[in-house]
Amino acid sequence: MTVLALHRPAPRPQHTYVPARPQGSDGVGVRIAGLTKGFGDHPVLRGIDLELAPGEFVAVVGRSGCGKSTLLRLLAGLDTSDGGTLRLDDGDVTGFAGRTRIMFQDSRLLPWKRVIDNVGLGLRGDWRPVAQEALRQVGLERRAGEWPAVLSGGQRQRVALARALVSHPGLLLLDEPLGALDALTRIEMQSLVEAVWRRQGFTAVLVTHDVAEAVTLADRVILVEEGRIALDVPVDLPRPRERSHPDFAALEGRILSHLLRREDADA
Amino acid sequence: MSRAIVRAGADRLLPWLLPVLALAAWEGLAQAGLISTRVLPKLSDVALAGVRLTGSGELFGHLQASFARAGAGFLIGGGLGFVLGLLNGIFPVAEKLLDSTVQMIRNVPHLAMIPLVILWFGIDEEAKLFLVALGVMFPIYLNTFHGIRTVDAGLIEMGRSYGLTHWQLLTEVILPGALPSILIGLRFALGIMWLTLIVAETISASSGIGYMAMNAREFLQTDVVVLGVLLYALLGKLADSVARLLERWSLGWHPAFQKP
Ligand SMILES: Nc1ncnc2c1ncn2[C@@H]1O[C@H](COP(=O)(O)OP(=O)(O)O)[C@@H](O)[C@H]1O
Ligand SMILES: [Mg+2]
Repeated sequence: MTVLALHRPAPRPQHTYVPARPQGSDGVGVRIAGLTKGFGDHPVLRGIDLELAPGEFVAVVGRSGCGKSTLLRLLAGLDTSDGGTLRLDDGDVTGFAGRTRIMFQDSRLLPWKRVIDNVGLGLRGDWRPVAQEALRQVGLERRAGEWPAVLSGGQRQRVALARALVSHPGLLLLDEPLGALDALTRIEMQSLVEAVWRRQGFTAVLVTHDVAEAVTLADRVILVEEGRIALDVPVDLPRPRERSHPDFAALEGRILSHLLRREDADA
Repeated sequence: MSRAIVRAGADRLLPWLLPVLALAAWEGLAQAGLISTRVLPKLSDVALAGVRLTGSGELFGHLQASFARAGAGFLIGGGLGFVLGLLNGIFPVAEKLLDSTVQMIRNVPHLAMIPLVILWFGIDEEAKLFLVALGVMFPIYLNTFHGIRTVDAGLIEMGRSYGLTHWQLLTEVILPGALPSILIGLRFALGIMWLTLIVAETISASSGIGYMAMNAREFLQTDVVVLGVLLYALLGKLADSVARLLERWSLGWHPAFQKP
């Protein structure tokens, strides 16, 4: 229930170390132009143009196989594009170990490392207090000494979130990280993600198949279709958002109908 | 409470029931003269032989010789197998270059090489080390290679994107991921190690448990022969227990090894 407590405007965490950059909203801006990527002779992204302001929270929706994960992997530097440009405003996407962190549907925790050692992966110096603090932020400070195998799916995703947050990312990429969780855990995790995003100020890109989740969390919802951005709608609703609010429902309905219209046309 | 203790005690003792009964039957039948001592000496005689040889320091000398051979052969063969498995598991070029050669050599039963090995090395230490190393190498190689190849690619990708160096990737992701498989190879290799040593020492040696047993055969000392056989069994069991302990200790994270 720590999760719900985090929903209140939380005090800034007091770190006992000097972060790589000053605390606060140090999200990274992103500029994508004419980005293309295919596999074999099968084009997946056919020209993506997208700008993300520093600290912005963008959700990406679209039908399965439309290239959402491909886009995220390009952003993370896990794959290289075929054409177009992809710039972060603190430099090119040089790939690994920059200020970009990615979270997947599977937590990808190292089973042979205790929870705290997973969170501290790749950190140098006196990282334990920092990792402990990150675990506290996701409400798992008491499970620091456990093996990942004994945690529930939702707890594992929270550890993965702590691991992503511990290095104060400038850009956090989330590839359906809540996709495998049950409804209640999902909602808890959504408010947790929102809380840490508000506190740390990173730029966030969330891929999700759940339009309500997109509208709950994002400043902007982007719909990818046939390798291009087909819809780009701002979400001007006050946070935290109420799903029962008529504006919420209207926006959700608009995005959904766009998604479904395409399916009808294809059928 | 006390019932639980009795129960736990019974659980521990039960596996020993049959072996103890078998030993008692052996001793009883031998004492009654139902088994010729040429076939099987009395258990007590075997024990006495053990005491006698321990007292004279002979037994210790033979044990030491066998252990030294087993250990050295294991280290050489296991080390080679491990390094080869590592290389081929990590670098596809190395696999292309080496794997089919290794597989070809693997298909030669190493004990079939004995005549050739004797031609090469005579009946000296090198021959025995060579045989043990050759036997031990392949299970370690195969399981290291397989273990590394089956490490979850998602974990490696994650490690790279979290800024791990190549060395960290190897020691914190790849090797721990391959460890369960490597340990299976280790257990196989330990079994092969003793087996090879028995054969090699029985054929030609001037020290070691196998030599002790063969030598005793010439003088019809059945008790010492049986002692040698029992010692081999004991050493094999010991090696297996060590491997199990190693598994338990290093795979504490693995769901299969967690206490319920
Ligand atoms: N490594 C790959 N090799 C070949 N095809 C791929 C690869 N990754 C993705 N694809 C293909 O690209 C398309 C988009 O995949 P993806 O980005 O995972 O879609 P999603 O929007 O569901 O995340 C799919 O048709 C998929 O089959
Ligand atoms: Mg996907």
